[in-house]
Amino acid sequence: MEASASTVLALPGPHDRFAMRKQHTHLSDEALVALVARGDEPALAELYDRVGRVAFGLAFRVLRDERHAEDAVQEAFLAVWRTAASFRAERAKASTWILTLVHRRAVDLVRREERRRAEPLADEPALEGATEATEEAAWLRFERERVQSALKQLPDVQREAIELAYYGGFSQSELAERLGVPLGTIKSRMFAGLARLRELLDDSAEERSWKPEFTN
Amino acid sequence: MEAGIHQLTAGYALDALDPEERREYEAHLSTCAHCQDELASFWKTTEALAVAASGPEPSSELRERILEEVRAEPPQVVVPFEPRRRRAVPVLAAAAAIAAVVALGVGVWASDLSSQLDETRVALDRERATARVLVDPGARSVSLQAGEGRLVVNQQGEAVLVLHGIDPAPTGKTYEMWIVPDGDITSANRAGLFSGRVGSEIERLDGTVGVGDVVAVTIETAGGVDAPTTAPIIASDPV
Repeated sequence: MEASASTVLALPGPHDRFAMRKQHTHLSDEALVALVARGDEPALAELYDRVGRVAFGLAFRVLRDERHAEDAVQEAFLAVWRTAASFRAERAKASTWILTLVHRRAVDLVRREERRRAEPLADEPALEGATEATEEAAWLRFERERVQSALKQLPDVQREAIELAYYGGFSQSELAERLGVPLGTIKSRMFAGLARLRELLDDSAEERSWKPEFTN
Repeated sequence: MEAGIHQLTAGYALDALDPEERREYEAHLSTCAHCQDELASFWKTTEALAVAASGPEPSSELRERILEEVRAEPPQVVVPFEPRRRRAVPVLAAAAAIAAVVALGVGVWASDLSSQLDETRVALDRERATARVLVDPGARSVSLQAGEGRLVVNQQGEAVLVLHGIDPAPTGKTYEMWIVPDGDITSANRAGLFSGRVGSEIERLDGTVGVGDVVAVTIETAGGVDAPTTAPIIASDPV
């Protein structure tokens, strides 16, 4: 392949061979992060293919704006790319790490956006593609129902604290003000609620892996 | 008080701590095995909340944007082989060291997520600028009269110093870069600080370099000084 002077430094186009490559589907998420730490782009692409949809759904739920949600996901994946070597698989799963980065970024962004304060708990966005027949869509539906049913079993004040914090991006002191209760009350509601939710989800989870293996 | 800070683990896992408490908690987290375990387990719960949030699908452009951005990073800059441009290759090979070093420098993610993200952004901006100079076809390479490495300057005068065999600066000291018009050290302009690392050092200079200027590096008190107080240990040929 001959490169003309003008293309020597050009980045590959969207349809170059890299975009088509899929060679890591058999690896665990954690192995992919290890590869990313060595500068392996297809490994990052594969991680995105596995976690990107959930990551975007999460960022969108918090930010309620596609553009901002994409920014949050993009920044989080760049952080993954840059800091993969500091990831410690013994502390957490790779998907947990990535989603934690996405959430942190989304919350940082939403706290700068005053307009979202209006109605943070408007109806949850409808699960698009709810009729999708893919295994991934089915699994997402299943997880969503499982978590929602666990949330429903929490006392209202605990569920409210958790949902406003995690999906609404409200800090504890903002919640105390919004709900007109002492900060200490918010802290203990959040702790008791999350501990109870953990228990409920542990009980209902037979499968510990975060996602089934999809065939490519 | 102790019970109080342990209780913050839930707020931290939900990203609901206020900035000051977040910092306090992270400091506590680094020394509290109980909270580390608790956090790891709460993070599984918040991951379930994340999965349950899933709504619309991202656009297909998002994937492409992420991968493009990653390709633009220094180690991933694509330079198809072309013999005429071989001169540029050693510089690019040295650039490959950047990302790895930054990733290592960021530290353990669990105790410092926010700064991980912030440092990533700052490093990204800087390194994009650095990469731009290094891969600029119009950039030229200026050799050093003292020290090992080279200075790369593009036509806009943006410059990157590539150094080999630099030891980390001693405690309390920093390396400071200078742009020295016409080689007159008394009129040196500050061009940035770096602390030195084992292996190759690649530093983007603040300011622009003009014809006849010399780029020099001195060792100064940490924080830097306004004018060189020591003799340069590194100096380029005049640009």
